[in-house]
Amino acid sequence: MITTDICIIGAGPVGLFSVFEAGLLKMRCHLVDALPQVGGQLSEIYPQKPIYDIPGAPEIKAQELVDNLMKQIAPFAPTFSLGERVETIERQEDKSFIVGTSDNTKIHCKVIAIAGGLGCFEPRKPAIEQLELFEGKGVNYMVKDPELFRDKKIVLAGGGDSALDWTIFLSNVASSVTLVHRGETFRGAPDSAEKVFHLAEAGKINLVLKSNIVKIGGNGKLNEVHIEGADKTITTMETDYLIPLFGLSPKLGPIADWGLNIDKAAISVNTFDYSTNVEGIFAIGDINTYPGKLKLILCGFHESALMAQSAFKHVYPNQRLSFKYTTVNGVNAF
Amino acid sequence: MINITVLNKLGDEKVLEVPEDMGLNLMEILKANEYNVLATCGGMAMCGTCHVQVLEGMDNLAGHSDAELDMLDTLPDAAPNSRLACQLRVDENMAGAVFQLCAEEDIEIG
Repeated sequence: MITTDICIIGAGPVGLFSVFEAGLLKMRCHLVDALPQVGGQLSEIYPQKPIYDIPGAPEIKAQELVDNLMKQIAPFAPTFSLGERVETIERQEDKSFIVGTSDNTKIHCKVIAIAGGLGCFEPRKPAIEQLELFEGKGVNYMVKDPELFRDKKIVLAGGGDSALDWTIFLSNVASSVTLVHRGETFRGAPDSAEKVFHLAEAGKINLVLKSNIVKIGGNGKLNEVHIEGADKTITTMETDYLIPLFGLSPKLGPIADWGLNIDKAAISVNTFDYSTNVEGIFAIGDINTYPGKLKLILCGFHESALMAQSAFKHVYPNQRLSFKYTTVNGVNAF
Repeated sequence: MINITVLNKLGDEKVLEVPEDMGLNLMEILKANEYNVLATCGGMAMCGTCHVQVLEGMDNLAGHSDAELDMLDTLPDAAPNSRLACQLRVDENMAGAVFQLCAEEDIEIG
């Protein structure tokens, strides 16, 4: 069990900056994020894009902002559970919470700050008949442990960089590798595309272009995929695994089940302190909504500062909060 | 003003009257008309959450940029008439076009 003052759900820019605002008030934070790295959509979607509306930073690359935030919050020694999705929130008798993740990590905290952006990034699922029936039974949306595929027959689907990279990598691991791609060219890294074509020419992989997987089947466990070609003929292929690789897309996920007031896939908050309808749970950044809401990083930073002021009352119910500037007080590391 | 036609995921059809001279893109128009388009990346052709298929008027639209093609390549349900709404500038060439929303979010809670 991890024990902390504030459990922050979401390690994007707003979640990260909350550690700073909480740290100034002597509150410790633990962050959970479904992605394997910090930074949220900045790191996942547009790390190299410049941002122009961060006060005091005329132009900053998204990843650079994330790196700077990590530096800024380092004195307050935040802890992280990355690559884990928060599944459950249980209220305790003393009003504290136990947050449970997909990897069964338990976090005991006094306050929850949801800085979940647009939700959890989850694999985009292609429209294949019976796909969900075989999830975990031969259908994997990511390659966590390549050894799982050793000496197995695998089919990959997709045309992006990850489809190319894993095809190349797994060609040395699996007994047979088939890559099914809708188009006839690859727009991923030219090196990788070239390698894939070479592997296909050398007979090391099976490259099926201008085709889609339309159906899969098996008896309790996946054993075949049905591939539709450009001429609409269907070919059936035996396989042990299907790995669809079509990138990630955000979904609200379990957040919808925590008894919070939700309005159009966002959490309704009181703009006094960005509290939700559940005492002790706050929502900041892109995940919240209120009249006049603007989805800007700078607005999320503001929200995190006000949230921390109210969170203090939950963490230190018997203490009076005196506001101090960093210019006067400095940053007192934990 | 020009008229365009939008079909949501359920196939419900609606004609929208939109300004063609304000430098807006189709994603912004869809959001303004309360379609549940996420537009996660805010219009950088990087997330694919504003994916549409052009049912009529494809030839009148400006061609794909490399960034848009790269993104469409990663979508499982892209077709030859697929576009990212954020990359489509609303101008007089769009008049009469018909768009099918592909990436509209299903979540309508509360």
